[in-house]
Amino acid sequence: MAVGVRTQDLRKVYNSAPPLGAAGGFIARADAKGGKQPKTQIPALDGLSLEVHPGEIFGLLGPNGAGKSTTVGVLTTRVRPTSGQAWIGEHDVWKEQARVKLLIGVVPQRPNLDFSLTAREILVFHAAYFGIASKLRNERADALLEKFKLTERAHQMVRGFSGGMMQRLSIARAMMHDPQVLFLDEPSAGLDPQTRILLWEIIREYHQAGKTVLLTTHNMEEADALCERLAIIDHGHVIAVGTPGQLKASIPGGFVLRLRFGNQTAELLERLKLLAGVREVRASDGAGADVYADRGGSLIPEIANLASAAGAELSDVHILEPSLENLFLHHTGRSLRD
Amino acid sequence: MNWKTFFAMLARDAHVARRNAIQLLMQTFLQPLLFVFIFGKVMVGSGYMPQAYKSLLLPGIIAISMVFTGVWAVAMPLIAEFQWTREIEDRLLAPIDVQWLAVEKVIAGMLQALVAGLVVLPLAWLVLGRGVQISIGTPWTFALMILLVAGFSACGGLALGCSIDQQHIGLMFSMVMTPMIFFGCTYYPWSALKPFPILQKIVLINPLVYASEGLRATLVPQFQHLSLTAVLIALLFFDVLLLVVGLRRFEKKAVS
Repeated sequence: MAVGVRTQDLRKVYNSAPPLGAAGGFIARADAKGGKQPKTQIPALDGLSLEVHPGEIFGLLGPNGAGKSTTVGVLTTRVRPTSGQAWIGEHDVWKEQARVKLLIGVVPQRPNLDFSLTAREILVFHAAYFGIASKLRNERADALLEKFKLTERAHQMVRGFSGGMMQRLSIARAMMHDPQVLFLDEPSAGLDPQTRILLWEIIREYHQAGKTVLLTTHNMEEADALCERLAIIDHGHVIAVGTPGQLKASIPGGFVLRLRFGNQTAELLERLKLLAGVREVRASDGAGADVYADRGGSLIPEIANLASAAGAELSDVHILEPSLENLFLHHTGRSLRD
Repeated sequence: MNWKTFFAMLARDAHVARRNAIQLLMQTFLQPLLFVFIFGKVMVGSGYMPQAYKSLLLPGIIAISMVFTGVWAVAMPLIAEFQWTREIEDRLLAPIDVQWLAVEKVIAGMLQALVAGLVVLPLAWLVLGRGVQISIGTPWTFALMILLVAGFSACGGLALGCSIDQQHIGLMFSMVMTPMIFFGCTYYPWSALKPFPILQKIVLINPLVYASEGLRATLVPQFQHLSLTAVLIALLFFDVLLLVVGLRRFEKKAVS
């Protein structure tokens, strides 16, 4: 039977820098040699509540440092939450760790393969840790090596493997014990397009076998193509949840025109709001504005006219087609890539 | 408790140790055997050291080999696997409480230390040649002794391995291991420190002193040595202390 995933009001505050892979890039760290100065308190999760239904592909979407990896860390017993609870199926992640670990498979953001073993040994030993009988684990290892196109390298040490090969082997390893819930942290980061498509196929196939998949990504295309439902997270909490379609439909208009002016006046912004098809106008930092509208390029001549009439020269225009990216922009005022 | 998982992890460590056996052997035995050759063979042969020194040296060499092997076998892989590759993660995600992985590492380290002790004994004996007077008078005491020595080395490896970063490995050897060996009564008996009364007291905080003196008490009881009961109690104390500290540090490293 498929197994769901739930978190209730998760908070995580790191007293030192978060572990790699769960670290945002922009956090000021206390200097370790700084003597008695108080440690930096870094909030990574701030009341994050989620519900992933049994048997769905669920995506956590957000920029670097949003708390995606920390969420996965808590759900996979690797990070102790400061407060709040998490469950895999009916099992409390923190209180029933061994039980939970039987149910989950984890593909980390960066491969953490056992460098002392060959590719095949990695799979076989992994299955042995899960108590799978010798005959079955050997059969499964061979089947997965074949599926992930690693048969030829099966007996080599993994130290010399390329990033893509390590990633494939990491996924194969996570599937060795046939987990009910598969966690993939940024699964396609650094993969070539061909491998990415192979990966997507494998994830879909795994999902069709009735398994739950939870993946994190900051790639819109991936979230859109793969996930049945998504949670958009930023600063450690959920800002929106829904199917990709629902989420996109929630953006006013769908198109976003990011404008920059030589100098900008409140009057100009008021006039922009009156243009046909414009749903919402937001001043962005300094001399710019984000215009949410249900059409894109065809608005440009009218905007340029308005701007020159107001004496505010239009200096830059960027048109964003309807996408999840716009949703993020709409909720946070920031682009996912910022 | 999931024994299948525990033994699978032990099998993995045995497999890796087998794969690196030659490297491990060289690393463990070369230095002690060279030492045995120079001090036990050359110095004794040329008359600078008395014949009896051969027998006195042997237990100390066994202690060094066991402690070095145990510390190395547990600390080095831990330091490497907790670094940014986080290789240890696949075992942290195995369906067992994470402390059991640390216990498994200790057992694996103890086994390697025992093998090292049992291999270096005949080897060193061979190098020393005639004139070594060793007796295992009470085999059970000897067995208990080497078990406690192996335990202290592996638990020490756990505590060190979870406290030190990769860039400080050199420091660990020069600041911890080297003084420990030189002040560990390995090349001389504890009674030889009598002319240095303060030093003689200070070295008692060094667990290696009890390992060397304990092996001396069980293998060459004809020499003066610390009381066997005191040695056994002290070793047990260090075993437990280092295990508790090691487990605590391991858990801190394992879960963020």
